Amino acid sequence: MSNTIGLIFIGVGLAFDFFGCLGLVRLPDVYNRLQAATKCVTLGTCSILFGTFLIVGPTAAGMKALLCIIFLILTAPVAAHAVSRGAHRAGVKLSEGSVVDMYKKDKEGEV
Amino acid sequence: MKLFRWVLGAILLTWVGIIILRKPLPILFCPDLPYVGFLSRGLYVIILACLLSLYRIGRGPTGADRVVAVDILGIMIVGLCALLTISTGRSWYIDIGIAWALQSFISTLALSKYLEGRGFDE
Amino acid sequence: MKSRIVLFLIAFLAWALLTWVPDKQHLLVGLFVAGFVSFLTGDLFIKRPRLLKHPLRYWYFFFHYLPLFLWECFKANIDVAYRVLHPKLPISPGIVKVKTRLKSDTALTFLANSITLTPGTMTVDIDADNGILYIHWINVKTKDVDKATKIIVERFEKVLEKIFD
Repeated sequence: MSNTIGLIFIGVGLAFDFFGCLGLVRLPDVYNRLQAATKCVTLGTCSILFGTFLIVGPTAAGMKALLCIIFLILTAPVAAHAVSRGAHRAGVKLSEGSVVDMYKKDKEGEV
Repeated sequence: MKLFRWVLGAILLTWVGIIILRKPLPILFCPDLPYVGFLSRGLYVIILACLLSLYRIGRGPTGADRVVAVDILGIMIVGLCALLTISTGRSWYIDIGIAWALQSFISTLALSKYLEGRGFDE
Repeated sequence: MKSRIVLFLIAFLAWALLTWVPDKQHLLVGLFVAGFVSFLTGDLFIKRPRLLKHPLRYWYFFFHYLPLFLWECFKANIDVAYRVLHPKLPISPGIVKVKTRLKSDTALTFLANSITLTPGTMTVDIDADNGILYIHWINVKTKDVDKATKIIVERFEKVLEKIFD
C-alpha cells in the first residue's frame, strides 16, 4: 500500500520536474524562468524524496530523505531570491511584454 | 510561427515519450523489485529534464540565465539520487544527494554575489 | 545561553536523523559534536528565546501555517504548469511593491519564502527598515500598492504575525 502511494508521489514529482525545465526553456526572461523553475522543481524534488521515504520506510535512507526535504524547502527560495536580486543589480532588463518595474524606479530615485 | 514551433515541440516530446514508455533501455538494477520498469522510465524523464536545462546553460543570453540553470540542475540531481537509492537499494546514494544539495546552495549564493558585482567578504 | 541550548537540541536531532537506527557510539559522538558546534556559534542562532515557550505558537505553525503553505504550493505548481504548456504563454510580468507590518528578521524570511513558493509571485528585494517588499509578479493584476498588498501578502501576514511577533 505505501509502495503504491510512494510511486504516485514519485510520478507527480517527475511530471513537475519536467514542466519546470520546460518553463526554463520556453519563458522569455530571467525572472520568469526563475519563477517557473524554482517553484516546480523544488516541489517536484520534494515530492520524489517523500515518495522515497514512503517506499524505503523509516530506515537510514528514509530519514536522510526527510532531512533533505526540510533543507530544500528552506534553501531553494533563498537561492532564487539571491539570484534575482543579483540579476537586477547587474542590469538584466525585464522582457518586452512586462508591465511595470517599480524596483528600478525606486532605486533611481535613491541615486 | 510561434504556434508552429509549439506544435513541432509537442510532436517531438510525444515521440520521445512514446519511445521511453515502450522501450526502457536496459540498466543494471537489482532485479527483484516489482516496479523497476517504472523507476527506469522515471530516470529517463529526469535525464530529459536535465538535458533541457543544459540547453539553457549553453544558450542563455546573459550570465544570470546560466546561474539559474545551474541551480535548477543541482536541485534535480538530488531527485536523481533519490531515485537511484530506491532502484539499486544502496542507501549511500542519498548521502550524495544531501551533500550535493548543500554544495549547490552555497555555489549559487557565491555566483549570485559575483553577478551583483561585489566582493565575497560582504 | 538559552539560544545555545536550543541550537544544541536541534543539532543533536539532526545528527540522530543522519545516523539513524541510533546506537550508543553514534549518540555519544553526536553529543560531543553538537556541544562543540553550539559552544562556537550558539550566540548567533536565536535572538529572542522567550518566544519558544508559548505552545500556542507551535499550534499555529503546524496546523494553520503548514497546511496553508502546502496548499498554496500545490496551486502554484498547477498554475506554472498551465502557463508553460499553453501555446501562447499567457504572462504579463512586472515588479510591484507591497507593504508589510512584520518587523522581525525570522518573520520576514518566512514571509519572503512563502511568497516565493506561492502562485505567480517571487520576492526580489526586501527593504526591512520601511517594511517594503519588491515582488516579481508573473501576471500583474494591479499596480496599486495597497491592492497588491491585499492580494499577495495578507493571508500569510495574518498567520505569521501570530507566530513570530
